Amino acid sequence: MAEERLILTSDEMRRALTRIAHEIVESNKGLEGLMLVGVRRRGVPLARRIADAIASFENASVPVGALDINLYRDDLTSRPQPLVRPTEMPVGIEGKAVVLVDDVLFTGRTVRSALDALMDLGRPRIVQLAVLVDRGHHEFPIRADFVGKNVPTSLDEIVEVRVTEIDGTEEVALVERVKAAPA
Amino acid sequence: MMAHATEQSTVAAQTETPPRRRHVLDLDDFSRNEITALLDSAEAMHELLSRSIKKAPSLRGKVVLTLFLEPSTRTRVSFEQAGKMLSADVINISGSGSSAEKGESLLNTALTLQAMHADLIVIRSPHSGAPYFLARNLQRMGVVNAGDGRHAHPTQALLDLMTMRHHVGGLEGKRVVIVGDVLHSRVARSDVFGLHALGASVVLCGPPTLIPLDLLHKGEGDSLPDVSVEHDLDRAIEDADAVIALRIQQERQGAGMLPSMREYTRRWQVTEARYRRAKPGALLMHPGPMNEGVEIASSLAHGPGSQIEEQVTNGVAVRMALLYQLLTGGQEEAAE
Repeated sequence: MAEERLILTSDEMRRALTRIAHEIVESNKGLEGLMLVGVRRRGVPLARRIADAIASFENASVPVGALDINLYRDDLTSRPQPLVRPTEMPVGIEGKAVVLVDDVLFTGRTVRSALDALMDLGRPRIVQLAVLVDRGHHEFPIRADFVGKNVPTSLDEIVEVRVTEIDGTEEVALVERVKAAPA
Repeated sequence: MMAHATEQSTVAAQTETPPRRRHVLDLDDFSRNEITALLDSAEAMHELLSRSIKKAPSLRGKVVLTLFLEPSTRTRVSFEQAGKMLSADVINISGSGSSAEKGESLLNTALTLQAMHADLIVIRSPHSGAPYFLARNLQRMGVVNAGDGRHAHPTQALLDLMTMRHHVGGLEGKRVVIVGDVLHSRVARSDVFGLHALGASVVLCGPPTLIPLDLLHKGEGDSLPDVSVEHDLDRAIEDADAVIALRIQQERQGAGMLPSMREYTRRWQVTEARYRRAKPGALLMHPGPMNEGVEIASSLAHGPGSQIEEQVTNGVAVRMALLYQLLTGGQEEAAE
């Protein structure tokens, strides 16, 4: 069994997302043209959490989209094939202030793919990035505008963000990578 | 546990990924899970298809050949479009104008193309089994069957399944009628295997001379309990969830297998009156090209229950999903 350490409890996760929600509204000076786009899979429920938080203190709703980046990956021939899911945008992204939402910022490759995927849908006015956990080891000149928690990690660790809709619990854990798992 | 955070994707296998295959020859070796995963992915491709910028870079640098030794509009164009939307380079070869005309054998043509480092060949051939022959003899190039003789047409069946699943949800226990010249129809054969895998029951209908009884069996002693035969279309269509009308191949009429066209039309045309016997809102499908007024009434072909144009759109989406499935993904075994 893998070693596991809790980084964020469900309450801490909720507070971090609420703070990010406030920062997004503050930095964009309101909700005008604002749109949240979650990166599938776990970015989508997180984007909804942030939109709910904004709705609770601003009394207005922000559109939430879901972006699948698998067709835009740079490692499509070097790893087992990811399942492609639909991209869903409730409104066009043209001219919008788009906040990409993902669970973990690691190498930055997902974000790079997400930017490509986004550009194929239109030309947003500005794109910002919100992540629940920034774990370091970036491999691209990409940083997050809104961060829930910075977590120093080693490459042997995995940051697991768990959300109720997919995992049945709400928490973030640091897990030791299991080496040479038998088939 | 499933590996999740996409950002940490260098980690591990996704358990939901279907097994990797190199060739698609028919649907008889597809499991329900594999078909379902492919149709799910086709739904995502359908979304891409409806964008104003219909292009994603996932097959950049891959070369897809289409070798069509029989006439075709929708299948060939749809493979070409599918490949191009995913950024593969697609090269079309037809029988006439290629070295096949000088008498080069199919195998030598294919080996030549493989030597040019093409990744995949999509083949349509008048000869049943031709794609199997190529798959056995090509070491580096994948083979997709785009219709071989009267044997199989797996991508047409997949688009039929996608269309039905989209409208009626799961196909488990649904009643699908396939009417017409089943004997000469590669579409019907592949449809039967696909529908069987997804748990639908199939009724084959048409003149007795045009119903192959071997279709009730998948292989030696392996019978398909959910496939039945009913020669009377009025009875067959009763409570159907979907009706697939097949093209009457007029060139077969001379061979004594068909009654006169008039008799065929009278007994086996899908008409307004017959369509009303099916479930309300039942789907009407046709693989095309249609003989309107022969196997299907014109008013129905363009009526509200008709899925015929949607079938064409879904054909592109399904072929995108298939190309993506065949041409991406690293070898899991390679690491061991």
